[in-house]
Amino acid sequence: MEFAELIKTPRADNVVLHRPFYLAVEGTLCLTGHHLIFSSRRQDNAEELWLLHSNIDSIEKRFVGSLGTIVIKCKDLRIIQLDIPGMEECLNIASSIEALSTLDSVTLMYPFFYRPMFEIVEDGWRSFLPDQEFELLSSVTDEWRLSCINKEFSVCPSYPPVVVVPKSIDDEALRKVAMFRYGSRFPVLSYYHKKNGMVMMRSSQPLTGTNGRRCKEDEKLINATLRPGKRGYIIDTRSLNVAQQARAKGGGFEQEAHYPQWRRIHKCIERFNILQESLIKLVEACNDQSHNMDRWLSKLEASNWLTHIKEILTAACLAAQCIDREGASVLVHGTEGTDSTLQVTSLAQIILDPRCRTIRGFESLVVREWLQAGHPFQQRCAQSAYSNSKQKWEAPVFLLFLDCVWQILRQFPCSFEFNEQFLIMLFEHAYASQFGTFLGNNENERSKLKLPQKTMSLWSWVNRSEELSKFQNPLFEANSLVIWPSVAPQSLQLWEGVFLRWNRPSKFLDEAHEEMINIIKYNKELQAKVNALRRQLAEMETDDRMQENL
Amino acid sequence: FHTLFMLQVENVKLLDRYTNRKAANGTLYLTATHLIYVDASAEVRKETWILHHHIATVEKLPLTTAGYPLLIHCKNFHVAHFVIGQERDCHEVYTSLLKLSQPVKPEELYAFSYNPKMSKENREIGWKLIDLKVDYQRMGIPNNYWEITDVNKDYEVCNTYPPEIVVPRAANKAVVVGSSRFRSRGRIPVLSYLYKGNNAAICRCSQPLSGFSARCLEDEQMLQAIREANPGSPFMYVVDTRPKLNAMANRAAGKGYENEDNYDNIRFKFIGIENIHVMRNSLQKLLEVCEMKSPSMSDFLTGLENSGWLRHIKAVMDAGVFLAKAVKDEKASVLVHCSDGWDRTAQVCSLASLLLDPFYRTFKGFMVLIEKEWIAMGHKFSHRCGHLDGDPKEVSPVFTQFVECVWQLMQQFPCTFEFNERFLLEIHDHVYSCQFGNFLGTCHKEREDLKICEKTHSLWPFLLQKKQELRNPLYRGFTAYKELQPNTLPFSFQFWCGMYNRFDKGMHPKQCVLDHLLSCMSQKMKLEDSASELENKLPFLDGPLPSEACSLSKVGRAASKTPMLNTPQDYEGEPPPVLSNGTSAGDIDVTSDVDQKYKENLSHHRDLHDLNDAIDVLDSEAKDGKPQHH
Repeated sequence: MEFAELIKTPRADNVVLHRPFYLAVEGTLCLTGHHLIFSSRRQDNAEELWLLHSNIDSIEKRFVGSLGTIVIKCKDLRIIQLDIPGMEECLNIASSIEALSTLDSVTLMYPFFYRPMFEIVEDGWRSFLPDQEFELLSSVTDEWRLSCINKEFSVCPSYPPVVVVPKSIDDEALRKVAMFRYGSRFPVLSYYHKKNGMVMMRSSQPLTGTNGRRCKEDEKLINATLRPGKRGYIIDTRSLNVAQQARAKGGGFEQEAHYPQWRRIHKCIERFNILQESLIKLVEACNDQSHNMDRWLSKLEASNWLTHIKEILTAACLAAQCIDREGASVLVHGTEGTDSTLQVTSLAQIILDPRCRTIRGFESLVVREWLQAGHPFQQRCAQSAYSNSKQKWEAPVFLLFLDCVWQILRQFPCSFEFNEQFLIMLFEHAYASQFGTFLGNNENERSKLKLPQKTMSLWSWVNRSEELSKFQNPLFEANSLVIWPSVAPQSLQLWEGVFLRWNRPSKFLDEAHEEMINIIKYNKELQAKVNALRRQLAEMETDDRMQENL
Repeated sequence: FHTLFMLQVENVKLLDRYTNRKAANGTLYLTATHLIYVDASAEVRKETWILHHHIATVEKLPLTTAGYPLLIHCKNFHVAHFVIGQERDCHEVYTSLLKLSQPVKPEELYAFSYNPKMSKENREIGWKLIDLKVDYQRMGIPNNYWEITDVNKDYEVCNTYPPEIVVPRAANKAVVVGSSRFRSRGRIPVLSYLYKGNNAAICRCSQPLSGFSARCLEDEQMLQAIREANPGSPFMYVVDTRPKLNAMANRAAGKGYENEDNYDNIRFKFIGIENIHVMRNSLQKLLEVCEMKSPSMSDFLTGLENSGWLRHIKAVMDAGVFLAKAVKDEKASVLVHCSDGWDRTAQVCSLASLLLDPFYRTFKGFMVLIEKEWIAMGHKFSHRCGHLDGDPKEVSPVFTQFVECVWQLMQQFPCTFEFNERFLLEIHDHVYSCQFGNFLGTCHKEREDLKICEKTHSLWPFLLQKKQELRNPLYRGFTAYKELQPNTLPFSFQFWCGMYNRFDKGMHPKQCVLDHLLSCMSQKMKLEDSASELENKLPFLDGPLPSEACSLSKVGRAASKTPMLNTPQDYEGEPPPVLSNGTSAGDIDVTSDVDQKYKENLSHHRDLHDLNDAIDVLDSEAKDGKPQHH
C-alpha cells in the first residue's frame, strides 16, 4: 500500500494552530506518510510542529461555515487544534489523519521507515543480552542455569528464547511445568538478591482447575529456590475471590496442601479495562478547567488512579520486604503473569537493587522485566486516554509502573541517576515512537518482524551522551541501601509532569530545575578548581624543597 | 537538665501512629514550660519536647492492656500518644497539663519568663528591627495623596488600630472621625499597600454600619478621597470578602455593606470567603483525615474534599489574585473589608501585597508584612490561637491559612522567595508558642498595656540568626521576578503534608532536596574561601588554571548526608501481618527537628551578640536588593 493513496490533501495553507499557553500561529500544514507537520514559515523555524501519526489517539472535526476545525488528541495527552480553511481540505485532511493514525499493519509503522540522523555508537538491540545478565548472576551463585528450552518459542510463545531457572530442574521438567501454567509461563528467575541470596520468581497462574490438579515438577521447581527449612511467599496479584473464580476457567492458585513451605498472600491489583477507564477518567478530570475544588477532588478520587498506584506500590514493597527483611524467596504471579506481575517484580527490584536506579540499570530492567518478559506493549499501548473505541486489550499498565517509579523518585530524590524526564520519555516512546523497541507484544513477534535488523533501538539513541545529559539527575549520589517508600495517601501525588503537562505553564518550575543544576554544577567546578590549586601548590612546594636539597 | 521538674513519671510509652514498631518506653517529665519525654529503650538517647503552649487538647482514653493512654493534640499538629503505667500518674499528668496548657493571665505566658540572656540594648534593637514607617517610605509615603497621621495616638478613633495610620491627605480629621463612627469598631479605611507603579492602593477597613438604609457623608467622602488619590482610575473597587448571604444577614444587625448608589464611582464585589467558624470546623475535619490510621486513597481524598480545606485556601488565594490584578492590570484602587476587617481582610491584603511586591518575598519583607497587616492592624492572635483559657469559638486557623497560601505560592514559584518552607513553619510555631512577644494580645493597645517591648523578646532577630537554614537556595534574587500571577485552578493546590502531617516523618520524602541544596550553599562558601586562600598562596600564578577533571575530594562528598529514615512500613495492611513478627533491626530514628530546636533554646541560651551583624547584613541586602548568587 502506498501512503500517498491515503493522503488526499497533502498540504494546506493558512492553517491556524492552537496550543495551550501559546499564541495561535498561522502556517502551512503538511501530511506525510508518518507525520503531521506544521510550519509557520518563520525564519527561525521556531514554530514547527512534528507529530507522529501514531501518536494521535483521536481526532474530532467540526465546521463553522467553510472554516473547519480539527481537534487532535495525542497519546502523550496533548491536545492541539487546527483551523483549516475550506471544507473539502479539512475533510480530506481529517480522514487522512484518521487513516494514517490507525494503520493496522505493524510493518507500516514509522520505525520501519525511520533513518537515524545520528551516529550509532552502540547498537541498543545488543545492549542488554540475557547472557550478559546471566554472567553477572553466575559470578555470585551457581544455583541457576540458562535454559534454551524456548529457543524456537516452542514451549512458551510469550517468553524469550532463553530463561534462567534453578540448576536442579532439567528441561524435561520445565516442559511439564509449562503445561501446568497459564500460557506456559512457568516460574523463572526475576531477581537475585545478592545481600542474602533470596530470589524473586515470576510466572502465570497454575492450572489447578476446580478439581485441584497438581504438578510435582512445578512444586519441585519452586521448592528448589528455598533454603533448607525456610519458607517462601507467593504473592498473588489477584484478590482471593478472583483467584478462586479463576479455578472455574481452569486456572487457580497454589494450594497450601501441595505447597506446604509457601505462604500465599493475595494483593488485589486491577487490570485491563478498569485501568484504562481509570486513565480516561483521570485525564478527563485534569483537562476540565471548569471544575471547582470539590469537583476536582471528587473526580480525582473517582478516577481511582492513585488507588491503583497505592495498590501496586504496596504489593511491590511487600515483595521486597519478604526478600530483604524476612529473608524469604518470593514467587509473584497473577493470571497471565504479563501485567500486574511485572509491575510488582520490576518495582520490587527498584526498591531492592541500587543498580536499577541507574540509567543503564533501569533500561536493563525495562528490557528484562517488560520487553523480554512478554508484556504485550502493542496491545496495551494501542490507544491512550482519548480513544473512543472500546477495545479490551488496552491498559496503562506500563504508565502505572512509570508513575510508581516517579513516586519513589520523589521520595528519594537523590537515589536515582535519572530524572523525571527520562520516565516521561519512556512513556512517550511506549505509545508512539520512531524506534522499534516497543513494537510487538513479545520477543517471538519481535523476532518475526526482524525488528533488530529493520528498525533502530530506542537505547541506541538514548545512550549517547548528548541525549543522556537531558535525563541525568543532578542530585544523584549512589545509594547502596534498600529504599522503602511510604505508601500513605499523603505521600502519593498526582504525577503532574505527565497529567498536567499540557495544562499549565511550566516556566517557573523549569527555572527552578535549571537553578538547581547550576548550583550543583558550580560547586563541582569550584571543587575541581580547589583541587587543581592544591595540587599546584603541592608541586611547587616539592620543587622548592628539591631546590633547597640541591 | 537545668530546669526544675514539676513532675517525673517513669514507665511511659510513646506510641508511633504509623508503624507497628514496638512502642518506645521511657520517662516523662514536666517542667514549667515543656513536657519532655526521654526514650530509654532507644540506643541513642531520644527526646521529645512539647511546649505547654502548643498543647491544644489533652484526652484520657479508655484503659488498654499496656496502661492508661493519654492523647495530646498540639496546635502545630503534633499528635503524641502516651501510655502511662499507673492510673494515678496518668491523672496527675493530665490535670497538670490541663492547667499548664491553658494559662489564665497573660503574665503566665512563656514570653514573660523566657530569658535568652540578652542585653537590654539588644532586646531593644530586636524590637526596632521592623519599622513600618520605613516600609511606607519605601512606597513613597508620605506623598501628595497620602499621609501618615497620628490621629489615633490615644486610640480615640479606633482602639484596635495602631496609633499611626495612613489615610488620604484629602481626608481631614472630621472625615476620619465621622467615618470611624460609621464603621464597625471604628475600623476606618486605611492604606495597606500603595503600588508605586501606578498609584493604585489597597485599603482596608471593617464593614459599614449601613443596616438597610443608613448613610454617612464622611464615610462617602473618605472613599472618594481614596479613589481620588489614584487619579489614573475613574473608579475604585470595594471588595467585601464575605459570602453575600452573610453580608446581607449583617444588615439586620445594623451592619452590612456599601450601597453602590451612595458612593461615587465604586464597583462593589463580594468574594465568598467563609467565616472563622467554618474555617475552624474545616481544619478539624482536615486533621481527622490526617490522623486516620491506614486510610485508603479514597478515604483520604474524600476526606480532603469533605473537609473543604483546599476550597477555602483557593478562595483566599482567588481573592488575593483579584486584588493584585485590579491594582496592577486595571490600575484601580481597592478597598477591602469583611466584618471586622481583621481576619479575611488581613489574609487577602497581605497575599495581594506578596503577589505585587518582591520585597515581601524576602526575609525582612515577610516580617514587615506580618507586622503590618496582621500584628499592627489588630488580628486577634491571642483569641484566634487560644493563647489563654478563653472562648473556644474565637479560635480559628486564619493565620495558618495565610501561611499555607504562601506555601502554595512557593510550590508554583520555587525561585521567587528568599526563604524556604521551614521559615513558614518556624513562624507558625511561634505564633502559638508565646515564646516571643510579637503575637501576644489582640491589638497594638493591648501589647502596649502588657509592656511587650520591655518584658519580652521579638521573634524576628532569632529567625534571622537561623537565616542559613531558613533560606531558599533556589532564590533568584530581588529583581528576578516582579508580580506573580499564580494559577488558581483546583489542581494547582496541593495538600501540605509538611504542615498537617509534619510530625509523621515516615510520610515525607526520605531524602530532602532542600537539605541537599543548603549543604551545597554552605559548601560553596567554604570552597570559595579555600580557592581564594590558595590563589593567594600562588602569587606568581597567571594564566588559566589547568582544567583537568578532578575527582571530588572528601569535602564535597560528605556534606549532604542527612540521616535517612528508611524502614519498611506495614505494607500488608490489617490485620497485623505474620511478616512483622521480627522487629526491624536497622531502624534509625531522629528526634524531630523542632523539638530539637526547643531544646537548644531552652538548654543553652545563646547571647545574641551577633544580632547587630544580622541586622546590618539584612539592611544592606534590602538596599541593593541584589541577587543572592551567580
